[in-house]
Amino acid sequence: MTTTSAPRIPTGNRDDEIQIYDLHKSFGQLEVLKGITTTIHRGEVVCVIGPSGSGKSTLLRCVNLLEQPTSGRIFIINEEITDPDADIDRLRTKMGMVFQSFNLFPHLTALQNCTTALTNVLKKPKADAEKIAMANLTKVGLGERGGSYPGQMSGGQQQRVAIARALSMDPELMLFDEPTSALDPELVGDVLAVMRDLAAEGMTMMVVTHEMAFAREVADRVIFMDGGVIVEEGHPKDVIGNPQHPRTREFLRRVLDPTHVHAGDEDAAYAERHQSDLKVDKTGGGHLPPGVGFHSPSLG
Amino acid sequence: MTAITAGAAPARPKLSPRKRAQRVRIVQYVVLAAAVLAVILTADGPQLQRVFMRPDLVLRTFTSGLPLALGNTIAYTAGAFVVGLTIGTLLALMRLSQVAPYRWISTVYVEFFRGVPALIVLLAFGGLSIAFPGMRVPLEPYGTVWIALGMVSAAYMSETIRAGIQAVPKGQIEAARSLGMPTGMATRKIVLPQAFRIVIPPLTNELILLTKDSSLVFAIGLASNGFELTKFGRDLMNSTANMTPLIVAGLCYLIITLPLTVLVRRMENKARKATR
Repeated sequence: MTTTSAPRIPTGNRDDEIQIYDLHKSFGQLEVLKGITTTIHRGEVVCVIGPSGSGKSTLLRCVNLLEQPTSGRIFIINEEITDPDADIDRLRTKMGMVFQSFNLFPHLTALQNCTTALTNVLKKPKADAEKIAMANLTKVGLGERGGSYPGQMSGGQQQRVAIARALSMDPELMLFDEPTSALDPELVGDVLAVMRDLAAEGMTMMVVTHEMAFAREVADRVIFMDGGVIVEEGHPKDVIGNPQHPRTREFLRRVLDPTHVHAGDEDAAYAERHQSDLKVDKTGGGHLPPGVGFHSPSLG
Repeated sequence: MTAITAGAAPARPKLSPRKRAQRVRIVQYVVLAAAVLAVILTADGPQLQRVFMRPDLVLRTFTSGLPLALGNTIAYTAGAFVVGLTIGTLLALMRLSQVAPYRWISTVYVEFFRGVPALIVLLAFGGLSIAFPGMRVPLEPYGTVWIALGMVSAAYMSETIRAGIQAVPKGQIEAARSLGMPTGMATRKIVLPQAFRIVIPPLTNELILLTKDSSLVFAIGLASNGFELTKFGRDLMNSTANMTPLIVAGLCYLIITLPLTVLVRRMENKARKATR
């Protein structure tokens, strides 16, 4: 990439917490991200919406390098995480990550889930770590459950422990990857309430979600992605309330009123979006090259 | 369907499947009872006892060093298990390494030691002091046995441990890495503890096999204070010209292996209940 004089990369402004420039990501032949450029500012809540396969989760996972971008640059508070010399582990401590499937450590209690990185990564004394962990568990409404194992908790409770675990590192920003998609409908509310409180405190949040009501109410900005590009972005009132692009309108119609969608509509739309990809898609998505074990190269 | 068969073949009323199964079961019981009866009637009880279970020789087996032999069997097994577990874990991690030569070394090691009889490995290590005069393995004779049996069992254990590591969901290491843990720390603090929980039952099975494999020690030259159960029982069998000591020694293996078997079954039941 040859940077001409026009935009400064990175901006150098501490409030531009996540800066993404021309991000591309391919899995084998399949190009999932086709040039994403955006900036997320301090205290901003950005919801990323879009149909499945649009690349929104991949985008989020590229931000903390759980996926290695094919090309493009990402800066976290003006430090380039895509730089081969970057201290990824230190940069990751500044970003809390919440997964769709919780990914709590099942052999540790809720409290230990929150303290393990504090004592092992940040080298905090055990007593201090437990104090921090307890405060965060209390914050998500689970102060009494510190001694419980993940297997003894409901999905909603597990996800809130996962949020407390991420918050315990005192991150500058939080990444949420479909945090409520694996939950029973009646458990979604508790998790969203915690996230809403977090947003009200001024936490910078990047949220991949299908919860349109949450996006409309809490987000400062909504990014609609489709086919690996940002199709439309702006205030939720505009993007969700008055979408300009036909693809956004089509997507929102299906999501907001799913009972009136004709059978096969989504299949047809998907096929159209992925016309160029379908030939290679048959190889199984190509998430990992065969023979790569649990030390996947994407984990840097 | 019943209507059709009834119309076509009215001569023989067919047994219902349930009744037929019942009759088959009855026949099986009758065969079993007949076999047991035949053994009891033809066996010469007193003669059997004279050959296999002479009370005075049972007592003599106990007093002439059985506890020491049992202790040695346990010592050989435990040491070899520790060596095997250590090398096995290392091999499993090498097998999953991103550095290709490590994977090759691990694969070659595993295929070699799984394919060669444990007895040959043991004999080779026993012969080291002949091959290299003056060479001393520490803690003789335990050192030789621990290393030889440990290296063989490591090949089997590494495959078990590798499967255990791969059974830990990828999301676990992603969560650990997202908290800022380097790969090594994530492996040690998050992946391995879960992997070992998964592989404890199969590893206990490995321990049972190892207990029995420790009997191979009889093949290398040992001083009498290094005798384990098999060598001890066989020597006493030869000197008394009676099978009793060997049988007693054999039963001693059960003292070790049966509790382990029960333990494995318990753990497997518990694991089955725990999986949601």
